[in-house]
Amino acid sequence: MHIFKNTHYNFLRWRWHALVVSWVIIIAGVFVIVTRGIPKGVEFAGGTVVITQFEKPTSVQDVRSALDKNFPGGGQYAVVQAYGDPALKQVLIRVPSAGAESGQSLSKTKDNVVAALQKSDVGGFKVVGTEIVGPTVGAELTSKGLWATVLSLIGILAYLAFRFQFSFGVGAVVATIHDLLVTLAFLAFFRYDMSLNVIAALLTMTGFSTNDTIVIFDRIRENLRAMRRDSMYDVINASVNQTLGRTVITSGTALLTSLALFFFGGEVLHGFAFTMVVGIITGTYSSVFIAAAIVSFWRGSAPTRAAAHAPAVSAPQQAPAPQQPTRKSKAQRKARAS
Amino acid sequence: MQNIRWKVLTILVVFVVFAGVGVYPILAARFHWPSPTWLQEKQLKLGLDLKGGVNLEMRVQTDDALKLETDQESERLRDELTKRGVMFTNITTPSVTEFRVEGIQPAQDAAFRQAANEVQTNFDRSPGANGTYTFTMKQSVAQTLRDEAVVQARETIERRINELGVTEPSISQQGTDQLLVQLPGVSDVDKAKSIMGSPGLLELKIVEQGPASTQEALLVNGQVPTGMEIVPGSTGAPGDANTSYYLVRKVAAVTGRDLRNARPSLDENNQPAVSFTLNNEGGRKFGQVTGDNIGRQLAIILDGRVQSAPRIDSRIQTDGRITGSFTNEEVQNLSLILRSGALPARLDYLSERTIGPSLGADSIRSGVTASFVGLMLIVVFMLIYYKFSGINAVVALIFNLIILLGLMAYIGAVMTLPGIAGFVLTMGIGVDSNVLIFERIKEEIEAGRSSRQAMNAGFSRVFWTLVDTHIAALISAAFLFNFGTGPIRGFATTLALGLVSNLFTSIFVSKTLFELELAGRGQGAQLSI
Repeated sequence: MHIFKNTHYNFLRWRWHALVVSWVIIIAGVFVIVTRGIPKGVEFAGGTVVITQFEKPTSVQDVRSALDKNFPGGGQYAVVQAYGDPALKQVLIRVPSAGAESGQSLSKTKDNVVAALQKSDVGGFKVVGTEIVGPTVGAELTSKGLWATVLSLIGILAYLAFRFQFSFGVGAVVATIHDLLVTLAFLAFFRYDMSLNVIAALLTMTGFSTNDTIVIFDRIRENLRAMRRDSMYDVINASVNQTLGRTVITSGTALLTSLALFFFGGEVLHGFAFTMVVGIITGTYSSVFIAAAIVSFWRGSAPTRAAAHAPAVSAPQQAPAPQQPTRKSKAQRKARAS
Repeated sequence: MQNIRWKVLTILVVFVVFAGVGVYPILAARFHWPSPTWLQEKQLKLGLDLKGGVNLEMRVQTDDALKLETDQESERLRDELTKRGVMFTNITTPSVTEFRVEGIQPAQDAAFRQAANEVQTNFDRSPGANGTYTFTMKQSVAQTLRDEAVVQARETIERRINELGVTEPSISQQGTDQLLVQLPGVSDVDKAKSIMGSPGLLELKIVEQGPASTQEALLVNGQVPTGMEIVPGSTGAPGDANTSYYLVRKVAAVTGRDLRNARPSLDENNQPAVSFTLNNEGGRKFGQVTGDNIGRQLAIILDGRVQSAPRIDSRIQTDGRITGSFTNEEVQNLSLILRSGALPARLDYLSERTIGPSLGADSIRSGVTASFVGLMLIVVFMLIYYKFSGINAVVALIFNLIILLGLMAYIGAVMTLPGIAGFVLTMGIGVDSNVLIFERIKEEIEAGRSSRQAMNAGFSRVFWTLVDTHIAALISAAFLFNFGTGPIRGFATTLALGLVSNLFTSIFVSKTLFELELAGRGQGAQLSI
């Protein structure tokens, strides 16, 4: 079975349109982030989360009015929402503050929330989960998260620069940064909390969004040897078309499992699964329209004779070496063989 | 043929081993099948977020340890100066790493320096105006003290947790001065916190004066006498009207370090109390001090409050009792804390997470559902799209999952909820390798090669692509592992192991299956792909 058979789409023709679309999404995302901020989960922002399970069905409004009445300072800053399966009668309460980080007073706010519910008429309940994070941990986590993302991007760039020509590495990393920004934009549009799980998904996504790119680049490298009289433009287009089927299918299978997580993985994994779904879609799009386009911008439309001297796939790349006769003949032999 | 037989054998052995370690114990536990204990111990461990429990992050106030050292050294110098008749007006401690001696007479300068040389090894001395000397703790000493304080705090907490009887607790250091404590199955956070965070410092000191109702009543000439200190009693907050005060000797006769054991008992009025036994060294010291002070009071001081101050009737060697208005639970906890030794510094709780067993069970349920749905989607898709060869991919995929579970169980990795997400993603991403290989084989067949040639070309051409994609993903998993704690580490581990086992199954297992299929068939054999 084939989804795409011998396609000859001119993908690069659309590269300018693609850039515009990407920039529009990214700028809109930046606008939302600047004007409304990135909602941070309790792990990053600090604060108190209490998940309670009630004996009788209790509405979010009941809980909220209990807080308004009995929680010190009222409940106007509290987030109250139903949690998990409605049959379990669970409510999540999030307050942006936590007790002081000295001795055992961190849980004071939690005790106040519980006391506020006990004093009201919401009926019997038990606390099934809590999460209390002081400002220290949140601040440390934010900087660690940023560093992990940056370092992981640098790591991938270094590896790709080592394995491919530099322009390919740049293309892959720009595509990955693009994916991160677009995903962040969608997280901001849909107001998902930035949580540890979302960061994990973002990092995973950076690893996998390079996958499609690598597949296409590998093919470009292979075709550069076989299509030596064609322009870079044509080689890239041919490569994208030849790998189109697998690009779509591999993303499709990853997307299927991410959707399974999104719909069945439960409350905790929602943000994670959403990030993966968006990341996979934009990752596929960017491999075709961003990564390959950047290589074509970088290398222009000149014939690819020089590029044919790229070392063989199995040999790690040291530097572009146009005048090396031994390498040249080896590459040519390989090119003929395939 | 010989070659294939070995490959199949290898695959079967790998399958049996990993299924045995990774999958059998789970099924055995679920369906009550027999399984040996060594295998049960290897069973895949669940993270706190799945089985419920308490996760605490705390900071050790390492300044406390520095302050203690500075106080002790300044006291030693005070004693030494007094002994040698060197006059000074005051000794103060302006910060935790600094103390200052004021008012040394120029004539006694040499004598002072000599005394200071003998006492100070960990401090740098710098002279100031008017016979003032400032002693600053050496940087390296301060660092060592801080590190030691964290290690000691960790060991003490470990002992206390073990005494609490928590199964499989985990305690680890984070950064320079933070500890992460995980207590599976614990639901009473407050008790756990108070037991872990209580300083547990026991001191037995001879009472010079008291009890008195105000601190002022204990002063001599408006000052606390040299070598003495005032300690409040245990009733009421310090400064309360009904708090009593004791003037005691600064140097403790015996401290908690000299304890051999502490246990709950009853006092003469049948009230809960804690009995303690000293070790040999402590018993010797205690015997001497009590023998010398018969008829005086002995203050039993816990965490800076006098619990009781009984009269010493006779020389006491090794046994004593702490009485006060305790409940049964308090004496239980107190004995436990005393047995495990004092904390070298105070603890600040920075974060606190509790997951009730019901929340954990919910997570497991949704995780398993998502895994199952994900697996089914992939299987159906692969069978439809790749027909007969889809079976090949599905077998490789299931192999991959079994090896992943086995690896995780074997190395003792912890399965967390994000770990389950990693497991589900592994299916979707693992099957990618098969897709790449299959598409390449199709392409080669269309280019006119025979099935066997196409199959060989497909695997060898895609090999380096697969290595590249897997390494890129492993790089991000490595940074993720480094960044995260608990659940996220579980995710990174699952992902990384999944990637490694996927390389094996998608290349070795899948290729062997193709070879099996083509074995014994002629050149013209067709692949259903």
